[in-house]
Amino acid sequence: MTAVTPLAEQVSAYLTRRARWSPLEIAFWVFAFATIWLFPDKHLILTETAILALFALSLDLILGYAGIISLGQAAFFGLAGYFSGLAAKYGFINEPVLALLASGIVAAVLGFITSFLVLRGSDLTRLMVTLGVSLMLGELANRYSNITGGADGLQGVTIAPVLGHFSFDLYGHTGYIYALTVLFVCFLIARRIVYSPFGLSLRAVKGNVLRAAAVGIPVKWRLVAIYTVSAFFAGIAGALLTQTTAFCSLDVLSLSRSADLLLVLIIGGTGYLYGGLIGAVIYKFLQDWIATLTPQYWQFWIGLVLVAIVLIGRERFEGGIGALRGQLARLTGRLLTRPIALPGAAPDGR
Amino acid sequence: MLTIIYDGIAYGMLLFVLACGLSVTLGLMNFINLAHGSFAMAGGYCTVILVNRLGVPFPLGLVLAFLVTAAIGGVLERTLYIHVYAKSHLDQVLFTIGLVFMSVAAVDYYMGSSQQFVQIPNALQGQFDVFGIGMGKYRLLIIIICGLLTLALQLILNKTRFGSRLRAAVDDQRVARGLGINVGAVFGITFAVGSGLAGLGGALGAEIIGLDPTFPLQYMIYFLIVITVGGTSSITGPFLASILLGIGDVAGKYYVPKLGAFVIYTIMIIVLLWRPQGLFARSSAR
Repeated sequence: MTAVTPLAEQVSAYLTRRARWSPLEIAFWVFAFATIWLFPDKHLILTETAILALFALSLDLILGYAGIISLGQAAFFGLAGYFSGLAAKYGFINEPVLALLASGIVAAVLGFITSFLVLRGSDLTRLMVTLGVSLMLGELANRYSNITGGADGLQGVTIAPVLGHFSFDLYGHTGYIYALTVLFVCFLIARRIVYSPFGLSLRAVKGNVLRAAAVGIPVKWRLVAIYTVSAFFAGIAGALLTQTTAFCSLDVLSLSRSADLLLVLIIGGTGYLYGGLIGAVIYKFLQDWIATLTPQYWQFWIGLVLVAIVLIGRERFEGGIGALRGQLARLTGRLLTRPIALPGAAPDGR
Repeated sequence: MLTIIYDGIAYGMLLFVLACGLSVTLGLMNFINLAHGSFAMAGGYCTVILVNRLGVPFPLGLVLAFLVTAAIGGVLERTLYIHVYAKSHLDQVLFTIGLVFMSVAAVDYYMGSSQQFVQIPNALQGQFDVFGIGMGKYRLLIIIICGLLTLALQLILNKTRFGSRLRAAVDDQRVARGLGINVGAVFGITFAVGSGLAGLGGALGAEIIGLDPTFPLQYMIYFLIVITVGGTSSITGPFLASILLGIGDVAGKYYVPKLGAFVIYTIMIIVLLWRPQGLFARSSAR
């Protein structure tokens, strides 16, 4: 047993070191909060970016850390969006923060129930079931238009002031500060999750299911848990969108929302939490830029970007970002995050 | 009741022709091609242009739709798809969704976003009564064409040399390659034919299931249901699944119109819960 203790100590020291905040991360968040004062006239698009970032973070948890391909994240996003909209409209939960939590929990319940469907079978089956669940919800929202407002969207939503003090304004100032704070809190939770032993066991599952099971990781329950957590975050993102725009339409459940989300995550890179955030910023910038060039057909260019990324090679693409990250890290003299948990673990992005 | 079954069979046959190419791509190369619907759409629009604008006779239009889409499929397979086979499923999904987005936007740009109709000859319109059941002539044509195609496919697959090569490649690609079968070429041809069939299905189906630029997105899920429920190891699995789906969808829309497509999604999820590998999958299949 004497030989084991130093190793265990080494490992735990290594893990503590890994989970420490690097200066670059702190700088990232300082800058993120500085945008509140730096770009006061861009708050509306920044709010959208923060929501997209949170949504992408939720996908990163299951795709980047647990290796589950999903085309149905929009199901949670949309369900929670409608829930918070209805809660505000009919006034059964007035306080936005409470409504946000409740919507997240509603989405998490759906996530928990559907996780058992998703965890069966191969990639294709997962794709099918996630897609099927979100399409089913879309169909339901469309059919019960007396509740959801159907194609016209949910009208007449008024959101009460946050915590009873800060009311939403027309320029989106309150909305942005609110969204950014929620994003930051969710990020802290996600960061805690992925650096915990639980998060490490997820990486093991992603690397090799059989071996993970052999070292005693309850694979199924770990995946159920992370899928539920991810649904919770996606739900928070959806509820944020409804609360900051005071509107909710069928669009929140569409397939292209889930597909765009994959693109966001791929642009930023999977499996290191910041991928979703960086991807969301780049994606929103791209979208804004392309939309001014060709307002109607920007989907074409998004498609082209997707095809190009795959043909060039996602590894090379992410490698580029990784190299950039390495450069930045060297500048600050510290590593931002180690993409690979331990020597011999499975490489990222596969 | 019988009319529903009749319409359901016609619809199912159509789905089968649309989706069978996908079943082979998936079974043979383990490749998730979400852009299959784009080929169907290409066939549909090709027929619209040929028949409505250039005045080509309808039957010739169908044949040309097959050939043009097969050519597009073949070219794309050789130039783009071939690079993506070895990549992960995530890459394949991203790549094919990208293609779908591009095709949707491109068709919207060139043809407009409105619903398109193919002018079918007068002789094929209307219906006739058999034992008191109203049978649409056009649907009968679809059943005949698709039935013949299914038979032909079955014969090609089971009786010809090409068919046995294809089956060998589906069963075990490495051994097939070791036996001197040029799997890449077999796959290229199959991909082209599968795309062509999707195009033909799109052309035939424009009258029944509609044709607009969002077609690949709308029907992506239907194709995938056919494949997942039917399995990818044979022609009969997807065929039975298509017929089941067709009848289920038509009956669902007729009896419980409020739920609409909800019925088939529920069926799909139940089937996947019960048999994750598909209803008709052979146990030896991957």
